[in-house]
Amino acid sequence: MQKLILNLQAPKVKMEYLSIIFQEVYKILFLLVPVLVSVAMIVWLDRRVWAFVQKRQGPNVVGPFGLLQSLADALKYIFKEIIIPSSSNKVIFILAPIVTMTLALIAWAVIPFSATQVLADINVGVLYLFAVSSLGVYGIIMGGWASNSKYPFLGAIRSAAQMVSYEVSIGVIIINVLLCVGSLNLNDIVIAQKNLWFVIPLFPMFVIFFISALAETNRPPFDLPEAEAELVAGYQTEYSGMMYAMFWLGEYANILLMCAMGAILFLGGWLSPVDMYPFTLVPGAIWLIFKILLLFILFALVKAIVPRYRYDQLMRLGWKVFLPLSLIWVVLTSSYLFYFNLLPVN
Amino acid sequence: MIAHSIFFYTFSIIAVISAIMVTVSKNTVHSVFFLILDFISISCLFIMIGAEFLGMIMLIVYVGAVAVLFLFVVMMLNVAQQKNQWFASEESSKHIPVGLIISTIIFFELIIVIGGWKYKPDLFNLNNAVNNYSVSNTHSLGQVLYTDYVHVFQISGMILLVAMIGAIVLTFRQRKGVKTQSYLKQISRERSEGVQVLDVETNKGVKIDD
Repeated sequence: MQKLILNLQAPKVKMEYLSIIFQEVYKILFLLVPVLVSVAMIVWLDRRVWAFVQKRQGPNVVGPFGLLQSLADALKYIFKEIIIPSSSNKVIFILAPIVTMTLALIAWAVIPFSATQVLADINVGVLYLFAVSSLGVYGIIMGGWASNSKYPFLGAIRSAAQMVSYEVSIGVIIINVLLCVGSLNLNDIVIAQKNLWFVIPLFPMFVIFFISALAETNRPPFDLPEAEAELVAGYQTEYSGMMYAMFWLGEYANILLMCAMGAILFLGGWLSPVDMYPFTLVPGAIWLIFKILLLFILFALVKAIVPRYRYDQLMRLGWKVFLPLSLIWVVLTSSYLFYFNLLPVN
Repeated sequence: MIAHSIFFYTFSIIAVISAIMVTVSKNTVHSVFFLILDFISISCLFIMIGAEFLGMIMLIVYVGAVAVLFLFVVMMLNVAQQKNQWFASEESSKHIPVGLIISTIIFFELIIVIGGWKYKPDLFNLNNAVNNYSVSNTHSLGQVLYTDYVHVFQISGMILLVAMIGAIVLTFRQRKGVKTQSYLKQISRERSEGVQVLDVETNKGVKIDD
């Protein structure tokens, strides 16, 4: 023991500590910077898809195909004045966008881009993702409450009820997948889909997961927390400049995260669609990004096509349709696995 | 080890300070936020001792669901004002003895439990516990929860169910005169019921309400 303590105090070991820290910081930056850039690009893609469905051009002026539009928007937000309402609760008002942004980014730590390319390969990866996405509601509640204004407060309350309700069904859907895998590790979940992606046996769950993800990320047709016809801009009403942009970025990072979650749970994550020679040459990260993009384009199409739900319809859908359906599916899956002796016991 | 103790003391100091702030802070909404901070740092401590499943469940259940409902209620009731009034009035001093009695009882219970573990290790039969560290926390929990402790598990589930039914029975009331929208009615409307095509003669118009 004495020797160990002495060893720790030796300067050489300290240097090793530092190099480990630098390595980790490098890895984190290597993950976060692409995520932030892709969030900016995805905003552009969202607007383009939305425009094409409605036979418009969309943002096509700044840069080639308007690719730099998000950059221009970001510049505009940075140079705008940040206004903090005098009657607001200032600390919580400033904390709210920071919480949203941070929670949207830390969840990426467990997303596996290939069998080895993952920042934190933890045992309870799915639970971590679920926990972080369930914490996302706090940014919205804090922003809505701290603004001390009517529209943001109403938006925050709506959003809290909505996100809590749809989390329940997402949790039950995750149980379905876990029954088939027998592990909470995200890499194990991906590898378990080597022969058959879960989207085929669990197709109804995939549909419900997709719709719940729409509701969880406050996307249209479930964007009631920020329904502009009723609540101006919901919880974001009092925000301006960079703080508004942070809410915005956090929201899109959450959408990307939900797409990644869908890709990992149902579409085989970083696995290639066909387990054959030319396809397996492509690195897993490319396949994962491809699947995330596919899901995101679906998200964008839904936004363009479907009209907004009424609030009571939204609640009814969550509690009276999705929850019973996914619970019944849990019983079905587990009895099927039990009857045919397919339960993944190790 | 040094890193481990740095993290441990950081989280435990945050937990203790935020637990104190829950009771001390004047604004009730701030109290709830400190409570959330407390939950989060406690779950970090759980993860640090290797109980990662418990830590994550703590985050999901307490922070993700229970504390949201707390916040809901506290924000709706405008408790901040009431709390201030309550602190100023004489009423608060009446409740202090009751609170003291309850907290001393809880304190002694904790001492009995922890002391029992410390000085009489065979007080609880822990032979069934899985001490196999090659199996992950979640696996070992699953191995005992549905086999050795299945009755305890079922009984706790029944208690929760009874509590849920009780809460529903106590709060449920059928209000009269509320206009609700029936789904089936809205969906099953036909075009023939709602729209009628008429040839309108000039300068005569149509009668609508008949």
